[in-house]
This record gives sequence, C-alpha cells and structure tokens, in this order.
Amino acid sequence: MAFSLQINGRAYTVDVDGDTPLLWVLRDVLGMTGTKFGCGQGLCGACTVHVDGVATRSCVTPIESAAESQVTTIEALHTVAHGKALQDAWVELEVPQCGYCQSGQLMSAAALLKETPRPTDDDIDNAMWGNVCRCGTYQRIRAAIKRASA
Amino acid sequence: MSKSALAPQLSRRHFLKASVAVGGGLVVNLALGSGFSAAAADFAPNAFIRIDRKGLVTLVMPQVEMGQGIYTAQAMLLAEELEVALDDVKLEHAPVDESLYGHPMLGRQMTGGSTSIRAFWSPLRMAGATARALLIQAAAQEWNVDPASCRAEDGFVLDESGTRALAYGELVDVAASLPAPAPETLILKSPENFRLLGTPAKRLDTPGKVNGALKYGIDAFPDGTKIAAIAISPVLGGKPKSVNEQSALAVNGVRQVVLTDDAVAVVADHTGAAKKGLEAASIEWDDGPNAQVSSTDIVRHLEQESQNPGAIARSEGDVTTALAGAAQRIDAVYQLPFLSHAAMEPMNCTVHVREDACELWVGTQNLSAAKLAAATVTGLEPEKIIINNHIVGGGFGRRLEVDGISHAVKVAMQVDGPVKVIWSREEDIQHGYYRPYYYDRMSGGIDEEGNPVAWMHRVSGSSIFARIAPPVMQNGVDPDGVEGAAHPPYKLPAIQVEFNQVEPQGVLTSWWRGVGPSHNVFVVESFIDELAAAAKADPVDYRKRLLSENPRALRVLELAAEKAEWGKPLPARQGRGVAVQFAFGSYLAIVADATVEADGAVRVTRIVTAVDCGLTVNPDTIAAQMEGGALYGLTAVLYGAITLKDGRVEQSNFDNYLPLRIDEAPHVETHIVPTAEPPGGIGEAATSAVFPAVTNAIFSATGKRVRTLPVNPEDLRET
Ligand code: FES
Ligand code: FES
Repeated sequence: MAFSLQINGRAYTVDVDGDTPLLWVLRDVLGMTGTKFGCGQGLCGACTVHVDGVATRSCVTPIESAAESQVTTIEALHTVAHGKALQDAWVELEVPQCGYCQSGQLMSAAALLKETPRPTDDDIDNAMWGNVCRCGTYQRIRAAIKRASA
Repeated sequence: MSKSALAPQLSRRHFLKASVAVGGGLVVNLALGSGFSAAAADFAPNAFIRIDRKGLVTLVMPQVEMGQGIYTAQAMLLAEELEVALDDVKLEHAPVDESLYGHPMLGRQMTGGSTSIRAFWSPLRMAGATARALLIQAAAQEWNVDPASCRAEDGFVLDESGTRALAYGELVDVAASLPAPAPETLILKSPENFRLLGTPAKRLDTPGKVNGALKYGIDAFPDGTKIAAIAISPVLGGKPKSVNEQSALAVNGVRQVVLTDDAVAVVADHTGAAKKGLEAASIEWDDGPNAQVSSTDIVRHLEQESQNPGAIARSEGDVTTALAGAAQRIDAVYQLPFLSHAAMEPMNCTVHVREDACELWVGTQNLSAAKLAAATVTGLEPEKIIINNHIVGGGFGRRLEVDGISHAVKVAMQVDGPVKVIWSREEDIQHGYYRPYYYDRMSGGIDEEGNPVAWMHRVSGSSIFARIAPPVMQNGVDPDGVEGAAHPPYKLPAIQVEFNQVEPQGVLTSWWRGVGPSHNVFVVESFIDELAAAAKADPVDYRKRLLSENPRALRVLELAAEKAEWGKPLPARQGRGVAVQFAFGSYLAIVADATVEADGAVRVTRIVTAVDCGLTVNPDTIAAQMEGGALYGLTAVLYGAITLKDGRVEQSNFDNYLPLRIDEAPHVETHIVPTAEPPGGIGEAATSAVFPAVTNAIFSATGKRVRTLPVNPEDLRET
C-alpha cells in the first residue's frame, strides 16, 4: 500500500504494508541509514527519531501511524532547536565511542531540551533512560547535554 | 589474549619499502609479519601510507575502529613522525592482506587483546619517519644541500635558514625514486619533542558519528541489495525440520526463502518484510544431540571436574606444606557465568557471490578469518574474496568470530545479487560465542602476622585457544585461561596455579572484553581481599604490604586510594572496594563506592581509576576507555548471565539481558600516572579490574562476600 510521508521537510511516497516499522522504511526503502537498529522492541533507543517533534522509537512505529506526521531523523538534527548545539557539545566532549547508539541518544536529547531547556540530572535520567549505550558513554552524554543547554 | 602467546613475534623485523604510487606520489609499504619478503610489498595496490601530489596523506589502517579510538591513535602515530597535522591524514580500511597488514604481535590481520597501540607504536612511527626522511632527502637534493641541515614541519621541508620551503606534494615524485633508508638508520622523535602524542587530540571519527553520516557494516547497501532475516537453529547442532515457505512467500515484499544446514533465511525488499516472512514461515526444528543441554548440568559437571587436579601453569614453593602449616587457612569457590557481548550493532553481513568472486561488506575484528570463512563456504580461492571492512558498532570480542560471515555467505550462495543478512537482537543474544563459565577453587594460608604463605588457584572452564590455536596450549594449560592468575602482582612465597580444561556441551565460547583477566582478576582480587579480612587488615594497607617489590603497581594503588579518599568513614550499607591489576601491559587500580539498599539492590556511585599505561598516545581516549570499560564490566557484575535450558539460551533481548542505563551509571574518574615506559594496552583494562572493586565494595558495605556472579540482591538483603 502506498503511504505519503514528510521526512526532514521533504515528501516521500513508499509502497509497503501498513504495519512495516518506520525504521525499515527509513533505512532500507529510503536509504537513510543514520537511524540505527538495536533491538527492534523499543528497548534500546537506537532507532529514535522525532515524530511531530516527539522522540519516538521507529522500530515499533508502524508506517501507517506516521504517515500524516512530520518525521525528523538524525540527518536533519542540525535543523531542529538545540540540534546543532548538541552535536557541537558531543564533538567537544568526545562523547561517542563506537558511536552506534549516538544517533538515538542525540535525538532523545534534542527532544528533552525542547521540553526542558535547562534539565536537571533527574530530567536527564528520565529522558535518556531508554537509550542504551553498551560502550558506556553515559557520563559524557550527561555532560554534553548540560553543555548544550547552557 | 595471553602475553606468552603474543611475545615471540614482537622482535619480528619490519620491512620498509618506498615506491611510486599508482597515479603518482609516494608510497611507503610496511611488511609487518615475518617471513614475508620486502618484494611482496612492491605489488601492493594499496600500500600502508600514500602521499599524493597535493600532499594528501592516506593511512591504510590495519586495525579496525570499534569505539576504542584506534582510528585516531593510528593517525596520530603516523602524523607525529611525518610532521603533518592530524587533520591532514585521511584513513582507509585495509583490504585483507596479511603480508602487508598482519598484526605484528598476533600474526594475523586482526584487532583484539588490547594490542593495537603496543603492536603499532613502533611500526607506524617508523613508516612516518621513513617518509619524512625521504621527503627531506628529496628537498635537499633539489637545493643541493646536506639533508641533515633540513627539517620537516607541518607538511613542508624547510632548509637550514627556514627561507626555502617545499611542500610534501611537490617532493613526492623525487622522494619515491630514492632508496628507502635502512630501518636501523631511522631516527624517531624523542618523547620531549612530541607535539601530538600525549595530547587529547580530537577523534577523527567523531563528526560522522553525530550526524548519521558514518557507515557501519549494517549501513552498506551495494546496488540491488536485498535483505535477509535469519533464524538459526535455537539449539546448537539442530536443523530446520519444517518451513512454511508458501506463507513466507505470501508476505508482501518477500522474494525468496533460503535454507542452509542449520538456518532459515527469508529474503525480501526490506527488513520489515523479511522479518514478517520469517515469522510466517513458522519454522520447526530438529534439535539434534544438544536438546537436553542446561546450564545447571554444565555447572554441575564443572563442579565435579574442578575436584581433579589441573595442568600446572605455575608452581613455586611447596603449597601443600605451606597450607598445612599456615596459622589460618581460607578456602573459597568462585563462579563466573556465560556472558554475551551484546554490542549495539547486531550481527550483520552483506555478501555478493558472483561467479568468480565473493564480495563482503562487514565490520570485523578478524579479516584473516573472515576471508578464510568466505573462501571455505564458496570454494573460491582466497584471493577471490573481497572484503570491505567497516567501523564496528561495538566489538567486545564478538567480531573476532566469523560465524556471522559464514552464515551470510551460505545464504548469499543461493541469492542472485547482493544480500544483507541481518540478525535480530534475539538471534544475536541467543547465538553467541559466549565468555566461558568459570569455576575456580582457591585455597590460601596466612601466618600469624596475616601475611600469605600459600596461594592455590585452580581454574576450570572452557579453553578458547584449544579451539582456535591448539599450538598455543602449553602442556594442557591455556595461557588465556590463567592470564591474571598465574602472576598476581603480589609477593606470594608459595603459589600453585592450575588449569582444568572442561568444555561445556552445546555452547560455543570465545573472547569477551577483558579476556583471561576479566575472569581471573575478579578471583585473585576478591581472594586477596578475603586474606586481608582474615588478617583483620585494611584492604589497601594489606595490598601495599605485598606490593613492596612492585613499584608501578604500588604507585597506581596509592594514587587511586588517595583520589578516592580511602579510609574516610562511610554511612551504614555503603562500602568502598579496591582492586589492583597488571594486564595488557598496563597497571591499573580501581576504587569503587557502592551502596547496598535494604532490599539488596546495589548502586555503584563512583569509580576512581589510576592507570600507568606507559607513554600515552591520547589521554582523552584513555579516560574514555576507563569510563566505558568500567561500565561494561559493572554491567556484567550486576546483571550479566546467559543461561540455557532445553539446549536453548533463555535470554533474548535487553529486557532480560540487562544493559546498564544512564541512571545507574556512576561517574568514573581517571588519573594517569605519567611514565616513560613503553605503552600498554587500555581497551580492556578497566573491564577486568572493575569486577572485584565492586564486589569488594559490597563486602565492605554488608560483610557479605560475592563469590558467584552476577550479584544476587536476594543474598544482600538487610536482615
Ligand atoms: S531498535 Fe528501536 S528501541 Fe531498540
Ligand atoms: S557509543 Fe557504542 S553503544 Fe554507545
């Protein structure tokens, strides 16, 4: 079935089953590989994108439910509020190790700063809890969010 | 990986060779392995280092980046000697070619064992110095002056007065025609003149990791790529019994169902369809001979076998007599579970099998084995295997194994065009090569003053070297199995260390971050703590007493204790634990602070590390490895366990194989001891040392000794 989508400000049409997760439409159908696959069950946050500005796990978001929405992915993070500041802070503090989780971390962090421009440690824990980093970059993630929000 | 297994190759001679690059420019080849002639390098289409006519430097990096920072560190080593800015070095993944890119310590073309800096510290600097010498010579020739009067700086050669300057790009063609200087005539920069090494230079791979641009293996999409979702027999050695192909093919977007000896793959236009098709296939399995395997039985078997003496790894003094004569004898059993690596990037491999070649797109730690695996499955000559290596989304040892590549090639053999075989997280966790289950028996004796007089350590568990490199075994002893056990840093007058190889049925085992030490250092540092407690001594004081002849270990211990405010009183149910380690060529001490809640839940609130890893390449990367390594180990201490029932792994995803999350992550401090010793490894050190630091902190908080991992909160409840 054909679905029209708005991704990073552009219109796309894809022909897949309505229950196809947004993640695979982004990665496999449209070739936007910045959004990562980690668990497929909403447990790790690697696939986080913004759907109408809200941090959303694309691996468990059927395409039919996102069709009318504005989707933003890591490839356009610099265009959203705080996006560039977060990317700069990430580079300055050398947050990534393997880097595989970081697209998702950044998308969650941007959604957090949009709601809470000056987050406390608890705010950070709550917003970032769902984003796993097996390389253990959490303390730099925390510091970089604070730097970007300053 | 064990030191003894690595040591002999260290003295191998490195061949350096300079020549004209394809399309002009200077190429420096470096044949790293022994037994390869310098001539072989002549024909290398892609050499180690290329400098083109624009002065652009390309480093063909032998070691793969998986988060440890080696991408940048390799470039730093080269840039330092070549006298160029770090940003001027472009990196490319090496193709498979052991004669050019083989690891100087490991022989094969692989990344592991925290060896990359130790192995390439000298060769990469020599390669840079060779190119520098040639460029200087080319300029001197042009100016008709003595090369010794010229110097290299920031991509230029300058004459004595500094008035004349030639850019590297202008010199490469002449430089390429000159004979390479003999390695023994090369002058490497002395550490006081380093401008890059030892500085927290910015990582070269970071920008692409914050905007989604960097491509991992999973992101490779050669033209026409189809996606395959795979189900491997849930029981090792099982086979597909029935597959509903029709239902799978009825799913929109599914193209093909592929059966291999032990797996089923559904090939589709995208992963969503492939997964749906795999589910629709309702596969039934013939479980085969391992259908009854359970971890309970495996442990029972280990327990029995551990009662038999093992092969002797080290024996000094008369342990039996010393134990009998000790003022106090302490016995303990330690158990460590099977562990999965659970790297964030699930296993995947894209393969295109053509009539006369097989091309792979993958992130692997082990190019040599990857090539062999693809050649074996396809029956093609090894030269016909092309591997495009990628930055890895977390390796931790899992990508040293090439089972994922074999599975993918088997599928691709039956598919027309390129196919990306991608494992679900469940497949990834349930089809691991797990860190072995270890069952260790300890006996120790102390005298009236509390000093150890006898130390007996018997390791029982699977041997990885026995599987992958039998010649490394020494009279039944796996050097990895006893690494960190055979030579504790302490003065121990009588010591016996044994290794009992006991293979688990129906489970594959392999390297896991921290390798031998991540099991043995837990046991040794816990048991030393037990002796200290028996001697009624402070754990730091007790260790200091036993380290009087080990100044580097003593220094990191003192530094960590000082920074962690060791000795400062803590409230009830809070504790501080310490561990000291010499492994991977580096000295490390860790102090962990833990709080144990009334319900037994453990929270680690701070980790202080003090490290002496010799000369440093990038101190910020060292700090990052301390942070990440410690958290990787801490996750295992608190949660890590793979168990089996009915031949199947019981864990499946991050809801039952728990990762540490941000709210549980303690702050990790790193303190580096400046030394001029040769560099040591750092990627795994904190993982192994953090285990006992945490469990010793739990002991200090509760008086309860954790001897079986992971920590069981039930045992730590306030009573
Ligand atoms: S891949 Fe979507 S939450 Fe893990
Ligand atoms: S940086 Fe590797 S998983 Fe987060």
